[in-house]
Amino acid sequence: MQMNEYKPLIVAFCCNWCSYAGADLAGNNRLNYPADVKIIRVPCSCRVNPMFILRAFQRGADGVILCGCHPGDCHYTSGNYYTRRRMALLFSMLDYLGIERERTRVEWVSAAEGAKFAATMNEFVEKVASLGKNKRLEDLRCSK
Amino acid sequence: MQQITRDLLIEKASAFLEKENNSCVIGWRKGEFDYDITPYVFDNKEDLEKYFVWNDFCGANVSKYLINKTQKYDKTLVFLKPCDTYSFNQLLTEHRFSRDKVYAIGIPCEGMANVNKVKAIAGEGIEKIEFLPEGLKVTNLYGDEPAVIAYTDVLAERCLNCKSKAHVAYDELIGEDGSVISSNRFDEVERLEKMTPDERFAFWQKELSKCIRCNACRDVCPACSCEKCVFDNPASGVENKAPASSMEEKMFHIIRAFHVAGRCTDCGECSRVCPQGIPLHLLNRKFIKDINEFYGEYQAGAVEGSRAPLVDYTEGDIEPYEIFDRGDK
Repeated sequence: MQMNEYKPLIVAFCCNWCSYAGADLAGNNRLNYPADVKIIRVPCSCRVNPMFILRAFQRGADGVILCGCHPGDCHYTSGNYYTRRRMALLFSMLDYLGIERERTRVEWVSAAEGAKFAATMNEFVEKVASLGKNKRLEDLRCSK
Repeated sequence: MQQITRDLLIEKASAFLEKENNSCVIGWRKGEFDYDITPYVFDNKEDLEKYFVWNDFCGANVSKYLINKTQKYDKTLVFLKPCDTYSFNQLLTEHRFSRDKVYAIGIPCEGMANVNKVKAIAGEGIEKIEFLPEGLKVTNLYGDEPAVIAYTDVLAERCLNCKSKAHVAYDELIGEDGSVISSNRFDEVERLEKMTPDERFAFWQKELSKCIRCNACRDVCPACSCEKCVFDNPASGVENKAPASSMEEKMFHIIRAFHVAGRCTDCGECSRVCPQGIPLHLLNRKFIKDINEFYGEYQAGAVEGSRAPLVDYTEGDIEPYEIFDRGDK
């Protein structure tokens, strides 16, 4: 039945200067991407603390994607370089603990790349939907 | 068996206390049993004579106490084993205490004994432990023939994979300095990496669900020295114990390991103090191994003032989506 179809919950952290504007452009251009993606606007991708990502999983997210300016284009000069190091280590650690590596992703989306934003989200949602519900990092107290 | 005698250290320490006003000595004291030796701050000679010990159970890393004690005392003497000097350097790099208030004496270490291994061989009811050149002589309460256990049989895991016998910071060195040795400390991490994700998840689920959130790992860690910890915040939602089915322990341990990533010197204190025997050092070693692979070899604390990998970057760093494309990881 259509109603029981599994819909993943995706949290997308988008930086204010590039990716959020990229998402805006995707909307302006009438590009479709799934409504399962919930965008959280952050001042810079480097604002995202590893705890935010784990907290998103704890509260029921099935996938977390982090979008920022392309390396070298950060509004704050170097924020996304730090993000890149942090997330490389964090994702490697999540994989080490046995969490599916496809549930987390970093993508660099500029303000001009509305099409890339929509394509990335379509691809990511499809990937996470194929993995199914996030069982390994869920918190039973937080589930409905 | 440790080559340096207790008497020599007491002699150095008493001379120091006599010479300096408002001073203290950070060392180890005997606990209730011969094997439960704890760090202790001595500020008078009588206590030194009575309680000071230096033997194969002095595994505790005392560097962290410098943060508080240098604020209270004008001059602090600290005894440092080779691995403690890395933490010492790391804390100095982070400006956690002032170097001129500390007098550091480096002492060589032959590797420390793990009390759980001693108990596993000798059984419960240990009354007395003597340190003979050929091994530990363990006498029990029941009047059995004392067992002599070779030191190599009870060596702590972290000492079997000792990374360095060299002191990287000291004012005075007793005995001979060793050198940095190549260890197999990443073997266990590699073994886990080779497992399937399901096996890894099962392994960590089993280990981390033992966690009772006593915070011993955090309290003992020289790198975890924030005055305000994120886990103490009642609004954080992670300050309570949760059922084993939840992800709370995982969150605590991932974040704790992440917060010390690049600053962890791999002293192994977290695993030593864990009352549940969780191999927490494997989380830290994973980060160290990744940092070595992604950003070049880096040993926290080896060089004072070195820049930790997570507060640094290069333009050509590896992308997070590239990390799994290498080999069979």
